[in-house]
Amino acid sequence: MSQLEYIIQQIINAVSLGSLYALVAVGLSIVFGVLKLTNFAHGDVMMVGAFTTVLLIGIGMPFAPAMLCGILASAVAGFLIERIAYRPIRNAPDVTRLLTSLAVTYILENLGILLFTSSPRNFPLPDILNTSWQLSGGAITFTNINVLTVALTFVSLIGLGWFITRTTIGLGMRAAAEDMQAAQLVGLNVNKVIIIAFIVASAYAGLAGVLWAAQAGVVQPQMGFTPLLKAFVAAIIGGFGSISGALLGGYMLGALEIFIVAFMPDVVVPYRDAIVFALLIAFLLFRPGGLMQPNREIKL
Amino acid sequence: MATADPLLRVDNLEVNFGAVRALKGVSLDVREGEVIALVGANGAGKSTTLRSISGLARAKSGTVTFAGTVINKRTAPQIVRLGIAHSPEGRRLFGGLSVAENLRLGACTRSDPDGVARDTEKMFVLFPILRERWKQLAGTLSGGEQQQLALARALMAAPRLLLLDEPSLGVAPLLVRHIFDALAELKRQGMTMLLVEQNIALALELADRAYVLRTGKVALSGIASELRVDDRVAQAYLGAAE
Ligand SMILES: Nc1ncnc2c1ncn2[C@@H]1O[C@H](COP(=O)(O)OP(=O)(O)O)[C@@H](O)[C@H]1O
Ligand SMILES: [Mg+2]
Repeated sequence: MSQLEYIIQQIINAVSLGSLYALVAVGLSIVFGVLKLTNFAHGDVMMVGAFTTVLLIGIGMPFAPAMLCGILASAVAGFLIERIAYRPIRNAPDVTRLLTSLAVTYILENLGILLFTSSPRNFPLPDILNTSWQLSGGAITFTNINVLTVALTFVSLIGLGWFITRTTIGLGMRAAAEDMQAAQLVGLNVNKVIIIAFIVASAYAGLAGVLWAAQAGVVQPQMGFTPLLKAFVAAIIGGFGSISGALLGGYMLGALEIFIVAFMPDVVVPYRDAIVFALLIAFLLFRPGGLMQPNREIKL
Repeated sequence: MATADPLLRVDNLEVNFGAVRALKGVSLDVREGEVIALVGANGAGKSTTLRSISGLARAKSGTVTFAGTVINKRTAPQIVRLGIAHSPEGRRLFGGLSVAENLRLGACTRSDPDGVARDTEKMFVLFPILRERWKQLAGTLSGGEQQQLALARALMAAPRLLLLDEPSLGVAPLLVRHIFDALAELKRQGMTMLLVEQNIALALELADRAYVLRTGKVALSGIASELRVDDRVAQAYLGAAE
């Protein structure tokens, strides 16, 4: 295996992992933008989508419609979370809102454990998605689920780009994220903007949840924790609340994690997560607005 | 129409911020087609008056009536839909959005695309720089350009009443002239305006009538051209600085 092929393989891995991080981080950033709230329940909304998909495949539904239903279930979950949990405390102090977000996380995870137990379940990936491609005589390999992940990430993010630049409600989302009062002053219905932001972000969480579980091969009620943590790091690297920043941060984090393992000396590899979190702390200390918003103060 | 009710009537408005009594019973009215100046020293309550009209501040007591409807319990978006647009202090543009996107949001309450397109063209006539800056982010414009965009964004709502809070603030002197020329043109076209302005000379030149606020109360009001030569206007300012 040549050096070039090895590098190409690592780039493929980085893009695939980065896509997952970017998907989760974008959703987290959309909610943070309009509510200035770190929505810890975002990871659990992923779980809702993944479980729905697994259960539907389990009763015989094909993968694609099952995934669509999973995304829909996540969107509905996001809608309900905003309506029931977040809207009543929208103007409460930050600590209250943060604790509410944690409470929603615990409720959803425990509900998952009650319904499905905490032991992992197999994700029944159709054979076609497990098919792997061998290039250069096996030096470069990837499976169709990698291809699907990257393709759906690209397509859905292009869709998001269209939404936030071409539709009034999408523009309203960006406007409300910048200045909620000014958004009201031009006549935007802020409740509508916020609920749609939640639905869109949760649909992204659903898509990310299904793809994450499909790649991992398992679902379980606490599956949202790791992606949430990674997305949090990605969003901070990019600039919390900025959608393009989340995207950038997601791919950078994916690349960083893959490249540490692939190119660093063996002694460094076990410290991958430590390096990532050291980077996070460095960003929080020296560039709290992330790459995209150099002058912004961060507020969790 | 000789005895027509004013388009806007503010009646005995009181607004508190905690222990601060920002407005202590302000009354004023604006008739259709009039330009009314609201002047006074810093902290007199000018911005608070505008904010209570547009629904951003809540009055403790008093009423705001617009075109026969009591509006002081309505939300800001509802008030925009009734026909009041507010170009706020400090402009409050969406800096990460382009000029085009800011204007589009200014018109977000409207459902007449043809009218919006026509009004956009009107903005280009009034503020030609906006056409040049069309794709640029609002946050990258100069102070004067931003102020023009803020005015245009408010006008895109096709309001019956325009509230302006310090359109000369942070604007280079040459552009201040330009902005007030645009306001004079709007006045000629019949736009009703309530104008808050630190620069009294400019404000009284444009306005038909004026109210002088002093520590939350109307100290003086009358015909603009008469107030221009009235010593009591300057005294009202000095009094506030005591
Ligand atoms: N959001 C607020 N919180 C507390 N006090 C405020 C607030 N807004 C205005 N005030 C106070 O109300 C008074 C009037 O302010 P304002 O209407 O902004 O005056 P002006 O626009 O004439 O300079 C001032 O004493 C100001 O400090
Ligand atoms: Mg003011």
